[in-house]
Amino acid sequence: MSFLTLAWEILPKLLQGTIVTIELTLIAILIGFFIGIPVAMGRVYGNKFIYVLCTFFVEIIRGTPLLTQLFILYFGLPSVGIMLSPFTAAYIGIGINSGAYQAEYFRGAIQSVKREQLIAAYSIGMNQMQAIRHIILPQMLRLVIPSWSNELIYLVKYSSMAYMIQAPEIMSQGRAIASRTYRTFEVFIVIALIYLVLVSILSKFLDRIERKVRIPGL
Amino acid sequence: MPNVILQVEDIHKNYGKLSVLKGISFQVNQGETTVIIGPSGTGKSTLLTCINQLTPPDQGRIWLEKKEITHPDTDINIIRSSIGMVFQHFNLFTHLSVLDNVRLGLLVVKKIPRNEATEMSMEKLNQVGLGDKINAYPAELSGGQQQRVSIARALAMNPKLILFDEPTSALDPELIGEVLNVMTKLAENGMTMLVVSHEMGFARAVANDIIFMEKGVIVEEGKPDVMFQHSENPRTQEFLHKITELYGGKA
Repeated sequence: MSFLTLAWEILPKLLQGTIVTIELTLIAILIGFFIGIPVAMGRVYGNKFIYVLCTFFVEIIRGTPLLTQLFILYFGLPSVGIMLSPFTAAYIGIGINSGAYQAEYFRGAIQSVKREQLIAAYSIGMNQMQAIRHIILPQMLRLVIPSWSNELIYLVKYSSMAYMIQAPEIMSQGRAIASRTYRTFEVFIVIALIYLVLVSILSKFLDRIERKVRIPGL
Repeated sequence: MPNVILQVEDIHKNYGKLSVLKGISFQVNQGETTVIIGPSGTGKSTLLTCINQLTPPDQGRIWLEKKEITHPDTDINIIRSSIGMVFQHFNLFTHLSVLDNVRLGLLVVKKIPRNEATEMSMEKLNQVGLGDKINAYPAELSGGQQQRVSIARALAMNPKLILFDEPTSALDPELIGEVLNVMTKLAENGMTMLVVSHEMGFARAVANDIIFMEKGVIVEEGKPDVMFQHSENPRTQEFLHKITELYGGKA
């Protein structure tokens, strides 16, 4: 069987896996987004207690491998009576992990908004919440796009870790097909190409967003 | 008796061991312009930020009309919304258009409906001569235009008093005039202003009162012609002589 015929034959199965990969990535990046923003705010604006708490979270998550975190969620939690499906454990684990990294990207973006603008906001009578909402957030979200794009692309690829806890994403589909057909080399070449296409589409898309929201003159 | 808008009494401010303000007292009357002059590092800018509590003073009291700003029960956000501030570096919101820079405070702080806020902002932008730039962004404007936007932003809040912190010091010389013109018109129309500036021409022509500050204290205070021509204080004379040589400023 030629490479193309094989590729054509296994494509439907791999695309099923691709859809799981995409779902996993999107859910995880969103979880990470909603963890990342408050954690970043906590590290920049929080009192001592909140700062320490948020820093602690970031350090623990960044200081341990994603795979270890997934194993704790999937294989560890059942011993305290919490059973998660492979897919659920995967998006929770990857989401929390991404949250710690995104928090750092957001923190960097917050800190690169000039402090003088915050002072101007206070000088017209805004309180801190209003200033964050109207001055900091809109600029932070623009400034974070390049590093956030990196994180998203990274997640597409690192969602393959979910394979290790049997989530039915593209790598586990590939593994199953490879052991059935003994065409390991070809199967994983096809998978690599699928990842490549996925990442290319995403980076084009993010590029377009970045250009669309760019501040004129800056 | 003139109506006192701002009353400052014995303000002290220290940064660690460095004492920046050592007991400053003065007042500003309604509709008058007071210009604070003095060497750099003298605490002039700190004094301005003490007034709207961006830098809370360590000691002393400040009143805006009858309201004590420095009282712990005072809602400082309400006070700040009625004291305009214009900064040396404009401090515009870079992600917002000119119109939105001026309108944001009306919408967010004063909760004025959008149509009305737009109208009020347009009026102020026309007043500073930027009615045709409302859709531009700060980074697309010259320094002089940016500073005029920031004056419009302060004006839009309908303040009782505007603080100017060296509003022309960051501008190219050929752009200073357009900003001073706007400020002069404001003064003529009865806006109460407290201005830290090295523009002696402006001070002489527009100020009702000039305060000479040095090393955290007020050295001398008086009417412009008295200060410029008949000052008895040798430090004032020396400073005015130097600064007039440097900046020109024949009024």
